[in-house]
Parts: sequence; structure tokens; C-alpha cells
Amino acid sequence: MKILTGNDLGSGAVTWWDGKGWSLFVDDAVDAGDEADEILAREVATRRVNVPYAIDASIDAGGHVRPAHIKDRVRALGPTVRRDLAVPTADKTGWDWVI
Amino acid sequence: MYQYDQYDQAMVDARVEEFRDQARRRMEGKLTEDQFKPLRLMNGLYLQLHAYMLRVAIPYGTLNGGQMEALADIADKYDRGYGHFTTRQNIQYNWIKLDDAADALADLAKVEMHAIQTSGNCIRNISSDHFAGAAADEVVDPRPYAELLRQWSSFHPEFTYLPRKFKIAVIASKKDRAAMRLHDIGIRILKNDAGEIGAQFYAGGGMGRTPMIAPLIRDFVPLDQLITYAEACLRVYNRYGRRDNKYKARIKILIHELGAAEYTRQVEEEFAHMLSVGVEPPREELARIAAYFVPPPFVSSEVETPDLSTTLEANGGQNSPFGLWVRRNTHRHKHDGYVSAVISLKPVGGIPGDATSDQMRLVAKLARDYSFDELRVMHTQNLVLPHVRIADLHTLWSELDAAGLGAPNMDTIEDIIACPGLDYCSLANARSIPLSQRISERFAANGRTGELGELKLKISGCINACGHHHAGHIGILGVDKKGTENFQLSLGGSEAEDVSLAKITGPGFDEDGVIAAVETVTDVYLGARRDGERFLDTYRRIGMEPFKEALYGG
Amino acid sequence: MADNLGTSPDEVQFRFRDDEPADHGTITVDACCDQTNATAVRIEPGDDARVLLPFLDRLALVEVNFPGFGDGRGYSSARILREAGYAGELRAVGDVLIDQLSHMRRCGFDSFAPDKRLDEDDAARAFATWENVYQRAADANLLGRRTIADIRHEA
Repeated sequence: MKILTGNDLGSGAVTWWDGKGWSLFVDDAVDAGDEADEILAREVATRRVNVPYAIDASIDAGGHVRPAHIKDRVRALGPTVRRDLAVPTADKTGWDWVI
Repeated sequence: MYQYDQYDQAMVDARVEEFRDQARRRMEGKLTEDQFKPLRLMNGLYLQLHAYMLRVAIPYGTLNGGQMEALADIADKYDRGYGHFTTRQNIQYNWIKLDDAADALADLAKVEMHAIQTSGNCIRNISSDHFAGAAADEVVDPRPYAELLRQWSSFHPEFTYLPRKFKIAVIASKKDRAAMRLHDIGIRILKNDAGEIGAQFYAGGGMGRTPMIAPLIRDFVPLDQLITYAEACLRVYNRYGRRDNKYKARIKILIHELGAAEYTRQVEEEFAHMLSVGVEPPREELARIAAYFVPPPFVSSEVETPDLSTTLEANGGQNSPFGLWVRRNTHRHKHDGYVSAVISLKPVGGIPGDATSDQMRLVAKLARDYSFDELRVMHTQNLVLPHVRIADLHTLWSELDAAGLGAPNMDTIEDIIACPGLDYCSLANARSIPLSQRISERFAANGRTGELGELKLKISGCINACGHHHAGHIGILGVDKKGTENFQLSLGGSEAEDVSLAKITGPGFDEDGVIAAVETVTDVYLGARRDGERFLDTYRRIGMEPFKEALYGG
Repeated sequence: MADNLGTSPDEVQFRFRDDEPADHGTITVDACCDQTNATAVRIEPGDDARVLLPFLDRLALVEVNFPGFGDGRGYSSARILREAGYAGELRAVGDVLIDQLSHMRRCGFDSFAPDKRLDEDDAARAFATWENVYQRAADANLLGRRTIADIRHEA
């Protein structure tokens, strides 16, 4: 699937397109499909997100959204060396697949 | 150390308001991200993997206790309770909000600090010797010159949109403790045969994708022409540095393509012109700045003061934990009763260069108690108390040890330099921090650290080389191998006056593999070394072959 | 001579001169050397401003083009011309944005024709950003601006 990710302009937090807006949690990410470019252009113009881009992702066996590229998996979870600073997500298995 | 007058203060205050206005216009949509990005970079604000990262300048690595406490407060108020000291003597915070950035800069301005030009295609923080003002071997304290250059380079109207970043280092000793030859401009202050003080200018060094060692451009620039010469060097770069390709835009490429002789010729021409224009600050300005760098009130040499061996004997001897720390982490001082002491930010298994806000506050207190309220940041991501009385050394060490800041590992294989890597940085291909943690744990466990002696291991998470791996006795570079982390090993680099660039051993390794490879090459060294040879010396003597054989087989 | 080169006076949004603005009809640096009666030239980032040094006396207008605001070569061109004694209009044209105005002024630009008209209030604030300056630049002669070091040490 194709999901959209970026950063919140004011806070810098990593965000994921959830169909209506931008969520802090990767599991809320939806398949943007053909509308990806249109959504990106509109959301950048209204500044609801900063420097967003489309990436490949899949749903794993546990139903969690897993970005294809290692960089975005680290963005989804947090620094692997500071798990105490992880994004508070329900996915406890995240550290298994981040790298 | 330097103190702002009203003019310096007004500059940083004006800069805060300028940035506040720029951020406002960005939030209102008057600036696109493309237009805003260079502006926020010139205030040290990056957009990284998890959030905005703010790089605060620590000019030539010098700060006092109050400033360190302010850095701790920034960490608590705007970030997540810690900061990271960098390979250019700065500090980085990883979780800053754009919404807060101007306020954070305003807080910094209150203690004469800033994030001016710590990123962007402009002149960056002027770095220097972390033992400046204390080292026994310096000709003069290089920092007044670094301060003169800092003011000259700040908001320079002609050099704010250079082809690429520009890094300057200033030293004043034969020994190079600032990796001077690996900078865009490296300046060595020295005395000529006539006893006059002047500056050697090197230009075109750098690491990154195409590492190069800076050639000598001018043998002797009189000190009252320092700024004029620098201006000439920069103008030639601004006019002729490549702008067609981001990866070929540093001055090292220009000098490589022109040849040092031609670049020098152009600089000398521009320099002659600039002398007639008259851009040098008045001579009195250097004297005014230098007055802030007079030595602190050391205890008179008439006063009896214990020397190092007496202190060691009285406190457990050479091989005690204290003794080990003294032997590794202290550096000879120009005054017999003092040493410079290194505070290690490399606890075994820790994150290199990171410090919590509590640790920063403790270090601030120690500076006030033991070092005339002065601190330094090393480009090796440790801290320095430059002027510690030998008589106070044991008490200081006890406090450091109790706080987990007493690792006796300076310049050993446990004193690893590592960039933030893929855990933090959007440019990275691989994580460098876990690797450094595992390597330091491995060598602490196998007990080899002491035996290996001076061994500078540097890890970069990508080809941009912020971990300075090209200058590592052992260097490790993280690469992307089909979406997985992979690591190239290199040997034989040096950032000191015996500067050299490391060579790759051969095919790369996965994480387990590169850790084993590091052990292998240290085994080769231990097997082959002659008396007194460092790892680097043995490598230079026996060459790459024995290491290659051990790593990859015959 | 290309008709699409150069800016006209009504494209100039900010001007710090008392004389009449020169009309466009600027020619390239290359052509300038051939034409003995040219009074207005346009410098591109890759041009060597020093080529114009023999002609400065008869030039009333030099435009310096900034096709992208990130290309800083125009700042050097401007200073070089002012250092050589050029006293005519020095106009920054192209991708000229609010945040470059104060540095451009310091490099000797006295006229600004940005591609997109700028907010007047933002611009006024931008020109006034720096009450004092650290380093010597073209404004030393043009505006009598002293550096902070000068002020610190005046007798």
C-alpha cells in the first residue's frame, strides 16, 4: 500500500495521513492510492503538514502498518537506542521489526 | 573567556527577533519551506527523523558554568532532558519544536549563546584546540583569533549564500588537536624566524564524500591581515565554487580542480585588492578581545603544590582507578601545578557525546569548583575542565566517578566518536550508536582496552562523515545494502598533525561482522607491534595486507 | 539586443537613490564590451563583474540577476563594483526575497526589483534588521556605516 508521511510544521512531530488528517501514529495510516499527489499538494498548501512524501508500506500479521524503508520505521517508533522516548503506540512488537 | 559587550548582545538579540519573524511568516504561509529552509538552517534548526533538531553554537568549544546550566535548562524546558555534544564542539537537541525555537534562542541569548550559522551554506562555528589557553605546547592562545573570526563571519553580507557550508579551525601549536587540516580553512598561528606571530593558512580540507587534506595556501599571514586574507579566500570561493552539483560544491573540490597553486594565485590577487579596500578591524580590536583570554589567577608557583606522582602515590597509586584516570584523561598544562582534565561522555555501553541535564548541571558546578568556571567541548565528544589544580584532582575524580562521568578512556578504543546515525538523522544509512555501544562493551569485557593504548575509532552512519571516520585509526562507515544496514571498515586515518585518510579494507560487514572485524584487526596489531607503536604506527609500518588477510582470508 | 532583458522602473519596488531610475534596455556583460555607448548592463551569476571596470564611468545602471536566491555570487559582484568606485544604480533583480534585503543593501545594492512584489512592512523591518554590523562592506563608503569595531575604538 501507499501511505503518506510528513512532519507537523509547528511541532516537527512525525505524522501519517489517516484519511482525514495527520495522525501521530503509524497504525492510523491509510492507503492513499491514486490520490496521493493530490492530497500531498493540498495538505502542503494549507500547511497541515510539512515536507510530506509517499512511501510503500504493508500490514503485518498483527495488523500493524509497517513502512517498507528502515528510515520510516525508525520515524514511526523512535530512536532504537532510547526506547524510553518511543512514540507511544499500542504496537509493542514494533521493536521487533523496526530494523 | 570572551564576554559580550552591548554590541554583541544587540546582535544576538536582533537575530532572535529576525528568526521569530521568519518563523511567523512560515507559519502564515508567506514563506514556502524551500524559502524558509535556508533561513532556519542558518539558525541551526534542522528537520530530522523525529522532530526539529537545534544545533547550538559553542564558539571554539568554550563555555562557562552558567552557560552549561542554561544548556541544561534548554534540555529540560524545550527538549527531553538531554543534549548531544558534537564533532564540531557544538551541542544538539533532538526534539525541538519550531513553535518554541525563537523562545529557546531568546533564552540562549540571555547567557550570550546562540545558534547562529551552525548550519546552512555559510561560515560555521569556528573550532579550536580544546586545550587552548592551557596547553603547554601552544605558541599563544588561539581563541582570540577564533573570536575575531567569529565576529567577522557572523551575518557576513557577502558570504551568506555560499556554494556550500564552510568550516574553519584555528590552532596555535605544532600538535593538531582540532583536525585543522581537514577543514575548509585551517589556520595555524605560529612564530616565524623573526619572532613575529602570524598565521599559516591551509585551505581545501574536508571529509564527507571526497575526503581531502588541505594544502598550504600561505606560509605566513601577519596577524594584522588575518581577516583580510580570510575575506580573500572566501570571496574566491563564493565566486568560483561549483554551484551545479551539491556534492561538488565544497571549496576542496574547487581547489582540487584548480590546483592549489592557481587557487593561491587568485587569493593573493584578491588579497592585494582587499588590502587597498581596507577590511581589517582596527588593531586595538584584537587586543581588546585578547584581554578576555588572559590566564586565570593560577596559584603562584612559589606555593608548594603536589605534583602528579605525589598525588598518585597518596591516592592508590598508578594502577588504581584514580591512577588510570589520571594517566589517560589528564593533559599537561603550561603551569606545573595544574592539568587539563577530560570528562568522558563515553561510559561503556553509553551513547557517545550525550549528557543529561543533571550531568550538565554537575559539570557546571565542577567547573566553578575546580576550573575557574571554564569548560571546553572536544570534537571527540567529551568535555574538558581546562585548569584543574593537581591538588584537587582526586576530589574532582571522585565526584566524576560517582556521577558516571569518570570513564578513564580518553583516546582508547572505548572513546568512540559516533555520529547520531539512523536513530536520529534523516541522512543516515545505518545506525552508529548501537554499534559503538556494542564495541565499547566488547572491549571492556575482553579487557583489551589498556593493552591497545591509543586507538581512535570513529563511526559515521553515512557518507557525509559527521563521525569523521576518514580520520579514524579504525573507521567504520554505515552503508545501505539493499535496505539493510551494512558497514565498511577502514584503517589508518589520522586527524592530528600526522594527518592521513583511512583506507577501506575490502568488502563490508553486517553489524556482528564488523564488531568481529574490529577485534580481528586489533589482534593483528597486538601480534605485530613493536615497542611503543600505536595501532596507527603498526598499520603504517606493515601496510594493509596483513589486516586484509586476517579479515578475508588468503 | 534582447528585448526581454532588464527591468523597467515600475518593476523597482525599493530604491534608495534621488536620481531618476534608468529604464531597462540592459545588455549582457559580453555585449557591453563591444557597445561603446551602453549605459545599462545586466550581470548574471556566472559573469565576472570586473570585466565592467573599464566602463563604470558611463554606466548609469547595473542589474545583478539572482535567478535563485540561494546563489550568492551576485553579492560579490555588487561589492566588487562598489569597491571599484561605481556610483550608479545597482539593482538586485530576480528571486529577491525579504530575508536577503539587508545583506544586499550592505553589499551596495540601492535598488530592488523582485520578481514577486514584497510586503512593504516586512521589507521595512528587514532593511532595519541590523542596527550595527561586525564587518566592513560596501555600506562603509556608501552609507558611512562604521563597524562595531570602529565604534568600540573611536578616539
